[in-house]
Parts: sequence; C-alpha cells; structure tokens
Amino acid sequence: MTVYLDHNATTPLDERVLEVMLPHLRASYGNPSSVHALGRGARAAVEQAREQVAALISAHPSQVIFTSGGTEANNAAIKGYAFANKVAGVLIGPTEHASVRGPVQSLGRQGWQVDVANCDENGVLSASRLAGAVDIETRLASVMWANNETGVVNPMAELAELCGERGVILHTDAVQAAGKVTVDFTASGVQLMSLSAHKLNGPKGVGALIVDKAFTLEPLLHGGGQERERRGGTENVAAIAGFGMAAQLAQAELIERQQHTLGLRDYFEQRLIERLPQSVVFGAGAERLPNTSFFAIPPLEGRTLILALDRVNFAVASGSACGSEQHEPSHVLRAMGVSNELAHGAVRVSFGKDNSRADVDGVIEAITSQVKQLQGMGAATAWT
Amino acid sequence: MAYSDKVMDHYENPRNVGNFDKDEKGVGTGMVGAPACGDVMRLQIKVNEQGVIEDACFKTYGCGSAIASSSLVTEWVKGKTLDEAATIKNSDIAEELALPPVKIHCSVLAEDAIKAAITDYKNKQ
Amino acid sequence: MSSKKPIYFDYSATTPVDPRVAEKMCSFLTMDEGRFGNAASRSHQYGWEAEQAIDEARKNVADLIGADPKEIVWTSGATESDNLAIKGVAQFYKKKGNHIITSKTEHKAVLDTCRQLEREGFEVTYLDPEQNGLIGLAKLEAAMTDQTILVSIMHVNNEIGVIQDIAAIGELCRSKKILLHVDAAQSCGKVAIDVEEMKIDLLSMSAHKIYGPKGMGALYVRRKPRVRLEAQMHGGGHERGMRSGTLATHQIVGMGEAFRLAREEMASENERVRMLRDRLLDGLKDIEEVYVNGDLENRVPHNLNISFNFVEGESLMMALSDLAVSSGSACTSASLEPSYVLRALGRSDELAHSSIRFSIGRFTTEADVDHAIKLCHDKIQKLRDLSPLWDMYKEGIDLSTVQWTAH
Repeated sequence: MTVYLDHNATTPLDERVLEVMLPHLRASYGNPSSVHALGRGARAAVEQAREQVAALISAHPSQVIFTSGGTEANNAAIKGYAFANKVAGVLIGPTEHASVRGPVQSLGRQGWQVDVANCDENGVLSASRLAGAVDIETRLASVMWANNETGVVNPMAELAELCGERGVILHTDAVQAAGKVTVDFTASGVQLMSLSAHKLNGPKGVGALIVDKAFTLEPLLHGGGQERERRGGTENVAAIAGFGMAAQLAQAELIERQQHTLGLRDYFEQRLIERLPQSVVFGAGAERLPNTSFFAIPPLEGRTLILALDRVNFAVASGSACGSEQHEPSHVLRAMGVSNELAHGAVRVSFGKDNSRADVDGVIEAITSQVKQLQGMGAATAWT
Repeated sequence: MAYSDKVMDHYENPRNVGNFDKDEKGVGTGMVGAPACGDVMRLQIKVNEQGVIEDACFKTYGCGSAIASSSLVTEWVKGKTLDEAATIKNSDIAEELALPPVKIHCSVLAEDAIKAAITDYKNKQ
Repeated sequence: MSSKKPIYFDYSATTPVDPRVAEKMCSFLTMDEGRFGNAASRSHQYGWEAEQAIDEARKNVADLIGADPKEIVWTSGATESDNLAIKGVAQFYKKKGNHIITSKTEHKAVLDTCRQLEREGFEVTYLDPEQNGLIGLAKLEAAMTDQTILVSIMHVNNEIGVIQDIAAIGELCRSKKILLHVDAAQSCGKVAIDVEEMKIDLLSMSAHKIYGPKGMGALYVRRKPRVRLEAQMHGGGHERGMRSGTLATHQIVGMGEAFRLAREEMASENERVRMLRDRLLDGLKDIEEVYVNGDLENRVPHNLNISFNFVEGESLMMALSDLAVSSGSACTSASLEPSYVLRALGRSDELAHSSIRFSIGRFTTEADVDHAIKLCHDKIQKLRDLSPLWDMYKEGIDLSTVQWTAH
C-alpha cells in the first residue's frame, strides 16, 4: 500500500462523508428546484450543508454560494466583481494559485491594470508591502490565506484592514487554509473568500464562494436562478452534502488534526535535517500550515527524487499539482527569491489526518536511501 | 413549496364550495383574478334583510393557497354584517394561513373578492 | 401528506444515479480503494490512476456522440457547458461578428447567457418556434446575417420533449459558415447523436439527466475544423486551457459509466419507455379538455406534457402529491409565471398554467403508470368541481370574451 503524503493536492474522502453522500446518489436523488417531496428533500440537504460550511469559517449561511470547486470560486469572485464594476486596477499576491492568476490575466486582456505585490524571502505578503503596491486605480485585491506549496500563512486581518482603509475589495483564496488553521470570514474583514471540499477530506467537484448577499457580483454561470441568482446550474447535491459533513468534521476535529499533523511535520523536518544536513526547508521562518513541508536536498533534482519515491510507494509532490505538467521552477519560490538551481530541487510533503509516525520514518528512510542511490549513480542533479 | 397545515386542511377539505343563483336579489357575487395570472376566485354571499351575511360559498381556480384563502373567507364572513366583512384584511388571511411571501397575492385576491361581492350586492339593492 | 415516497415521474428534472454507476463512483472516493488521487498530480501512481480513469470516461462520452475523446471538455454541468460555449464563442469571435441566433424555448442557461451577452453589446435573435415546438428552417435562415457567428438550438426541449431537426440546422449553419451550438442535456442517451453527421460544432451534455451524478457535464468542442473558445474559468490549464479546475474523478467516472450504459441500453430502454408513455397518454386522453403540448411525432419517448384545461397546475401538483411531477421546468417552478416554453408555442395562459410534465425513466413500471392514470382522473374531477372556469365552460361561456380584473 502506498503511503500518501500529498494532501495539499487532494485528500481521500472521509468514510463519514461518504455515508452522508450515498443516499443522495441513491434514494434521495431529487432536483432541489423541484417542488415535490423528493426535490424538497434535496433542497433541505443543500441548506444543511450551507450551514455546516458557514460554521467552519464563521460566516452566515446566506453568504455561502456553492460552486464546482476552488477554481470556479476564484474565477467567480474575481471576474464576478470585475464584470459588475468599471474597468480599474486589480492587485494580487506574488504566490497566488493559477486559478487566481488566470482570471486576473484575462481581466488584463480586457483593459484592467494588473499589479503584483512582492513578498519577503519566506513568501509572506505583509500589510506594508501590500500598501506599497496599492495605487489610485486599485479596486480589487486577491491574496491567498495560505500557500499551497510552502504552506506559508499571510496576515489576512492586517491585509483586510489596509484594504479597507484604501477602499479596496479583498478576496482571499482560502482553499488550502480552511480545515487546517482557523479561518474566520467575519473577523478577517475580507469581502470574498474561496473554499474547496476535496482539500479537507470532502469530495472533488464542489467548493464555495463566500460573499455577503448585499455584495454585487455578476454571476459567472447564468441560467436557472439557483444559489439566489448567483450561480446557475443544478446543485451537485451529493457533493454539497459531503462538503457540509467534511466541513463539520474539520471544524470539530481542527485542534486534533492540527496537533497531529504538526507533530508529524516537525518530526519529519527534524529527521530530514539530521540525516541530510544540506536540506533546505522553504518558508521555515514564517507561520505555516501545520501539515506542509516544502524542501530541497541540493544538489538533487526534485522530480527525480519524486519519481524514485513513487517507485517505492511514497506519494509526494513537486509543488502545485495543477502546475505539474510544466517543468518550470515554482513561481512561488521565484517570488521568494530562491535561486533556480535550488528551486529545481523542491519537493513537497503534505500530511493528512490519517498519516502516522511510521509513515514519517518510512519516507525518511526512503529519501535517504534514494538520495544515496541517485548520488551514487551521479544521476539527474540540478547542476547537470 | 411546503404548505402550512392550515392551507393543507382547507385544500383537502374546502369549506362552502358551490354556487348561489347570482340573479337572486339577496346574493352578491365577486369574481376576481384572471386565468392569465393563474388564479380566479368567485365568492358569493347571501345577505339577509338585517344586512347580515347568512351564507357564503366559493369556487377557485388557482394554487393551494388561493383555494385555502377563499375557503377561509367563506367561513369568516358568515354571520358578519357587510361593514364588518369589509374590514377583513389580506394580512389577517395571510397570517392565519401562514402564507409565504410568494403567496401573499392569494390573500390580496381573497380580500378583493369580499369587496367585489359586497359591491355587487349593494348595486342590486 | 403520505409518508410513502411519491412515484417518480420527473426524470427530465433529474434521475437517480444508476446503482452500477454509483458503485463505480464510490471506488474513486475513499482511501480504501486507493484511487482518490488528483489527476493533475504527475508525480505518483494516485495521480496516474485517476488520469487513466478519466481518459476511459472521456472515451465513453465521446463514443455516445460520435466524437473524438480529445474533443470533450469536462464541466460542472450543462449550465456551465452552455455558458462556456456561448460566451466562449462570442468573446473569441467578436471581431468576426456580433450576432447570435437562438430560440425562445431554450433552457434558461442559454437564454440568461444570451441576455448577458446583449448587455455586453451583442445582438441576439430569439426565434419563435412553430406551434408544435419545432424551429422552422426558413425562419432560421432568414434571421442569419453576415454578422451571425453562432446559432444555439437545443436538441430536445426539457419541457415538451420535442426533437429539433439538428442535422438540417447543422447543414444550414455549415453552408453559411456559422458555428452551431446544441444543448443536448435532454437528448443524450435518448436520441442518437452524431456530431459529424449533424455538423455540430459545440454540444452541451449533462450527467444527471441520464443516471449519472449531479454537478457533472461536458462540452464537445470540434477540432476539425477547429472551434476556438475564450475560457470562462482560468487557472491551472486543465482541459486544454478551456476549463480549469481539479477534475472530480468520481464524478467524471460516473458520467462515463452512465454514458456507456446509455449507449448499450438506449434502444431497448426507449422501446420500454415509449410503451409506458403511450399507456399513460391512452389513460388520460379520455378526460375532457386535455391537450398534449408539443409535437407527438418528433418527441422523446420519455416525455408527456399535457394541459388539463380549467385546472391550475400548482394545485394539480398538490393534488397529485403521490406523484413527483413538475409543472413547467424545475428551474422556474418556484416562480408564478406560466411556462415561457408553452407561451412561445402560442398556448393560452390558462392552458400554460394547467400543464403538467410527466417524464418517465429507467425505473418506472406499468403499475406506476396505472396508478397515475387513476389518480389524475379522480383529482381532476375534484379540482374542476372547485373551478369557476369549469362552471363557465360548462355554461358555454367563451372565456376569451370575459373581462377579467387583472391584478
């Protein structure tokens, strides 16, 4: 059995979540827009999930719009704001996910001014750095709560306060943060937030955009009038119900999961440095998600190590799964000022609630022996 | 759409369904609404010489809330004087039947039906 | 209300997931089976297995419509497919022209998208269908201008089930070098589709209308001659850049399996369903003043849309609460407007308000149909006894001459 250490890419579905989903795939198959009893049952399941998701991030249920995932939520927030307003400026963090950079680039093609703020060497975007990047045109900013590759957490409340002072609407991609650290929509002061279910042991294909119902957005998907006219399309009832349950479990077990994954992560990094002292952990000087370790073992090339680990049944990643068809070094590391050589060595290990200390021991052994073998073969270093 | 128990009760067991002879002097007939809007109510009252509504009946083409609203007002107007009946407000009907906001127009129609029946009766005298 | 589950006659709104599909989906969800990976993960077996399953599903979907798997783009459902096709073409080809043609009986996902494009400066022609629900080719041709870049016509209407002659429309569009988008949410698995023969350039599909999961759809985008789209969801570059977002493996696998089953079983299932529909129609047509909405010949066998004159649709649905049916489209049934589809056919408001859609499917039985027939007879009598319009009809009054107090 493979040891799965890639929980920032996706997570296995919790059995308790599956239990909640199954009835909606079988007997309770109604369309929530239908008036009959089957339809009303589906509607009730969607509304219950809305409450559960709202509770996870301390929002009101009316502020939850279900989407097909984090990517749609990011697109709906950014393009939805832009299409409801005059052409102006949009500002993003330097380490944003492709699903934020993509819609922002498309706004750029439509005449929007696009600016990218700088982060420090740990990948943190501070309020003062953001302040330096806001200008007279800036109306919308998008800064991720926590980075998918490094796990580095941004000071959202401070960023929101600054945006408030400058009259800038703030969106945050909280896909990686929700369920791993405390995320409070109301207290953070952001106007728009994106969530995804499959990063917190829920199903793929469902996410949410969090926004107050008084906030004007142009829908990304027109037609049908679902989600209070904000997102057309028949609701993915089973997945939404699963998202609700996954959110409820993540909320109830947050502290436990944090302590568990943090214990594993710290143990992992301690053993890694002991065995291979040349290792570099990215973002180690900043607050990070408890489960994430992004590192390099120079001069080894990351991809080589990852494929070698897969052969001995350890699933790890080189960073963002969405970017993994490309072989360019991580844009996150580049923004942090990491050299191309070191960046080519980057490997991400991300723990989940079901990992154990034995998994850490196993992967450390595997890394050590693979490093020895690969170096013995003189193979595939970043320098060659 | 989920209906309140009271709407369901009136819908399942509508009170005072029927017709009076509309040409009779003591009968007032109010017909309101339009098929295009999805509801038509016909409310009839039978008024005695003291000006008291002795009997009432209805027929309604419309949703469950429209049927319940008209059934309810036939019960309410019985025994009332014309002046008393004219004071029945749509908000009273909506409250009694716990109508959701999208169904408030049904109670408005029922109030209009009472007024129309009273007017018809008075025009005949 | 009875505690027994109502008999389901609403397969056009949504369908239960076929147990064979559900089983396959479940194996792609949890840790136990070890197939929950992210298909974009290029670095381990979890990702590769997911990708392989998605490729297989892509082939199953492509096979049902005679396409190449490379021409299939996964989406979150037919609404997203419609949005992507229409906005994507409009935005990409806007230098070529600014005119789009569609019809008044399209699904809201098409109509609302077109309205949005009108706000952005595009011009849209909304064709009136004939009384039987079909689009006249001459009308379509007359609406085409040198500015027309796209025609969007649904294959099968969701309310009345009529089947448009897409091959003829495709021929016309191709001869005028205008792209054709077809919303096939209601036709996949019910009517044979061949995107080559029918000359379709873009085709929207939905999983949950044919025993697959909700929240899953696909868009066919022709490669030869190549159709270009401006993406509506950016980031990550999934689906050849046309639609980003982590692929929901279990959902895709479910759609693939549902489409595979549809291809294998369509012929026999259509026969069975047609027999049930005809039985239902035979049982209802002896009621006075009933009207079938839409053409009966060019129609999917699953659908019977019927108006019971002088009975209002919502109260009839309440009376038929032992049956899960719908009056008009599920997406608009929370509103009080009569069905815009029936209005576009020229049906009077009374008849539009009096319409009920029965849609039959894989799990409907003869006993279900017989029960529905009996219930309709009883309840329609009861409601007509309550209806002033029925009284007037019986008295011989022509309702169209009555002065109504509109409100």
